[in-house]
Amino acid sequence: MARATFSIRRGGRETAELVDYQTDVTEGMVVLDAVHQIQAESAPDLACRWNCKAGKCGSCSAEINGMPRLMCMTRLDTIDLTQKVTIEPMRAFPPVKDLITDVSWNYEVKKRIKKFKPRKPDAEDGTWRIQQEDVDRVQEFRKCIECYLCQDVCHVLRDHAKHQEFIGPRFLVYSAALEMHPLDTEDRTGDLKDLFGIGYCNITKCCTKVCPEHITITDNAIIPLKERVVDEHYDPIGKLVKLFRKEKG
Amino acid sequence: MASNLVSIQRRGFGQTMRRDGWWIAPLLTFLGLGAFIVYSTWAAFQGEHYFVQGTGYLSPMYSPVLFDSWKIAPAVSGHSWFGPWPAWLPQSMILPLTPAFLILWAPGGFRFTCYYYRGAYYKSFWADPPACAVGEPRHDYRGEKKLPLILQNIHRYFLYLALVFICILAYDAWSAMWFTDARSGTRFGIGVGTLVLSMNVVLLGSYTFGCHSLRHLVGGRCDTISTRPVQHKLWKWVSKLNKRHMLFAWLSLFWVGFSDFYVRMVSMGIWADYRFF
Repeated sequence: MARATFSIRRGGRETAELVDYQTDVTEGMVVLDAVHQIQAESAPDLACRWNCKAGKCGSCSAEINGMPRLMCMTRLDTIDLTQKVTIEPMRAFPPVKDLITDVSWNYEVKKRIKKFKPRKPDAEDGTWRIQQEDVDRVQEFRKCIECYLCQDVCHVLRDHAKHQEFIGPRFLVYSAALEMHPLDTEDRTGDLKDLFGIGYCNITKCCTKVCPEHITITDNAIIPLKERVVDEHYDPIGKLVKLFRKEKG
Repeated sequence: MASNLVSIQRRGFGQTMRRDGWWIAPLLTFLGLGAFIVYSTWAAFQGEHYFVQGTGYLSPMYSPVLFDSWKIAPAVSGHSWFGPWPAWLPQSMILPLTPAFLILWAPGGFRFTCYYYRGAYYKSFWADPPACAVGEPRHDYRGEKKLPLILQNIHRYFLYLALVFICILAYDAWSAMWFTDARSGTRFGIGVGTLVLSMNVVLLGSYTFGCHSLRHLVGGRCDTISTRPVQHKLWKWVSKLNKRHMLFAWLSLFWVGFSDFYVRMVSMGIWADYRFF
């Protein structure tokens, strides 16, 4: 049985420090197990958010050795335990206590995105007919567990605090799921350009790298949305061709 | 919206709690792109040794040759579309002007505005950010929302030009299969240069046909693609290449540089081109 040191952020909204805790490490443990063990052994007031311990609820997001990760999905045998393991809360959101941050900004952002607006039903019974291949693309986006690790690692939010102007990768994925849905008739490209700041994304792909559900956020959601914005706002020739086609049709 | 968001603490340039070698990837990108920029600029300034006499070999950095370089006059390359360097075009604008400068802006613009390269050089050249979860040097950030980087949105126009270039380079690869000598005239053959220039088209094609903009234009923009079988197939095809976009971006970049180097070396007589038949 090995013993490892965990350097955990302790403190409230204003001040905090990294406090070292030692605990025994056994085979198969994840970071969240170590945190729970530390709570049981030496820090019963250590605040951390968790729920499923299976990488599906998205509650235990934190920064482990500086990288945004789910504590429940980070096995200790993937970390160098000869050095202190740092565990901090997500930096893109205001800290509340210890490892807990206030992520309520995300809920407010979601409310601002135009809702799903389906076309008229295809059948008299009020149902629609869609092909699987038309929804294949958006099903990837439905895997999102809203852990907000992508929001945390995004430098536009993390380093530049553009929370008022940029909705972040999570909600670009959400917008893509709606925008690319074969039944949806709403147009969100104007909002994406003007209100949601898609132009702030400079394609670092950090969001894709940290996604625990392996959603190809940048290539499959953000860039296709950027291209749709180009269609509507930055492609005069494309616009002319569309106009010509409409007139002809 | 929560008002206490301003309490987020910024980290200084390079500050991070990461312990891995986060600086390796941006450094390699910096060195790789930097080396290509230095070499291609040098090669573009040369204005000679961009073709090999007696073969159809032509450096991809000079293709298409709109006018033959004034540096080789009165000789001709046999590749020029509009003949020798015209009198109305200056031979230098502070620095010498060569046929490469007349065309390189197009593939250069395609790569500069490419979604993959954007992410790569924003990190390695601008440190914006230097790597994921690593502090940045600047407080101000405009992204691609305002000038000048809003111009990255013209990527699809460079794509259209890049597709034309692929056709031209494919023709060059075909031309590289024909050799001329005084005894037997023009005959079909394969040399190492033929393979080098053919591989160049394959790699550039794999990079260009995996472009994110092309993926959107061929079918990605359609929400209901099942009713458009041709577009659906094209979209799937481009998507497959798109998954390897980074790989082909680097391979094709290296190979363009190597193709120019190969043609230059053979043209200068330093390397002998091996003919298979």
